[in-house]
Amino acid sequence: MNSLTIGILVAIGVVLLYLIIAYNRLVVLKNRIDNAWAQIDVQLKRRFDLIPNLIETVKGYAKHEKKVFTEVTAARTAMSNAHTLPEKAKADNMLSSTLKSLFAVAEDYPKLQANQNFMMLQEELAGTESKIAYARQAYNDSVLMYNNGIQMFPKSIIASMFNFTQREFFKAEGAEKEVVKVKFD
Amino acid sequence: MNAFDETAANKFKSYLLMFCFSLVVIALGYVFGYIYGDGSPAIITTFMTIAFIISICMALYSYYNGDKAALSVSKAYLANRKDHAHYINSVEGLAIAAQIPTPKIYVLPDQSINAFATGRDPEHASIAMTEGALKKLNRVELEGVIAHEMGHIKNYDMRLMTITVVLVGLIALLSDFFFRSMLFGGGSDNDREINPVFLVLAIVLAILAPIIAQLIQLAISRKREYAADATGAILSRHPEGLANALKKIGKEHLESKTATKATAHLYFSNPLKGGFWNNMFSTHPPLAERIRRLEAM
Repeated sequence: MNSLTIGILVAIGVVLLYLIIAYNRLVVLKNRIDNAWAQIDVQLKRRFDLIPNLIETVKGYAKHEKKVFTEVTAARTAMSNAHTLPEKAKADNMLSSTLKSLFAVAEDYPKLQANQNFMMLQEELAGTESKIAYARQAYNDSVLMYNNGIQMFPKSIIASMFNFTQREFFKAEGAEKEVVKVKFD
Repeated sequence: MNAFDETAANKFKSYLLMFCFSLVVIALGYVFGYIYGDGSPAIITTFMTIAFIISICMALYSYYNGDKAALSVSKAYLANRKDHAHYINSVEGLAIAAQIPTPKIYVLPDQSINAFATGRDPEHASIAMTEGALKKLNRVELEGVIAHEMGHIKNYDMRLMTITVVLVGLIALLSDFFFRSMLFGGGSDNDREINPVFLVLAIVLAILAPIIAQLIQLAISRKREYAADATGAILSRHPEGLANALKKIGKEHLESKTATKATAHLYFSNPLKGGFWNNMFSTHPPLAERIRRLEAM
């Protein structure tokens, strides 16, 4: 074997090695997105499950605040009917804002505020909201890294060879950006 | 500088320092082997290998057991959902943001504001905060501190520092061997002529090397602290939380009752009080500079 043949074989070897490394990297980045999404789902479900208890506890002290209960329940139902990413994002934002209204209303009832169960639920829900926010952040960070990976050269070639497509971000929609209106009736 | 660039820059600087470290080790081993032995590569290599193996053994022990040791020395106890719901929720939330498993969560009986994280990798990590921190910091500040610790875990800082400690130990051992060999009749069978200047140089090196090694180790530690600050800022998205917590710490004058010189490097801010030597050989960068960088993010 002369040195030219060796040179060519080494070059091919290097290219193949690079292909393998780059491909695996894209796989890892893609799987992180799916993992991050699963995390969001876990937290969304946790919040979903906490809400009935919250509604019952608040009703115990504030039976007459019917509007806010209806809104939360409706938002919760919308959540269970959401399946795609944009649907879930929208439902999540709506549920967050109705819960904010519920807690705002609850502030008028000192006995409710002092109730142990309510305080525990408040902390748990606040914690879950926070975790949803972090999970969304982790999801968006993963999407960013992945999208960068498939767009930058030379990985972009491998990405198109193996059908790695761009993923979308979890966005804040109009509902969340609306200022929560406080009513004094 | 923004948080992403800060993390990258400080990680890079720490690797650069590690590289210099290795050069120092190699240079030392070569010089000592040359003088002590008969200059043959075999002697030099044996010399360095033995020292290296000893360092590795010490390091492996601390690598696998370091976290348990650190936790028990500082009298850490496990957090519980009843008393520490908010703390636990915050750690869990930030672990989600960092995409690492939730670390084990501990509380330290200290009344000063401080925290540490330990563990050889994210799968075996623990985080501990003082009672003082839990009482005195508000939510954003608490999450800032937790995010900083999470940054350490995510950046594999314990692993890096263990390697650094190996190298420091190696240098100390090499210098030690050298001195002992000089005391107990160094020189070789060949009675080679060694340039006296070279000999003096070697002695100076032997004295200075361990000190230089310590300084490099501390410099690496400080860079990793800046990197953890930046990573924490990215995780919490609120660099001002950490900045404000640091300001509160600045106002405090309590010295920790359970931190020792051995565990000081793990803590969030230097738990040992002032004194010339403590400050010069500090494992943490100055508070004012950390605050300035965070507020610039």
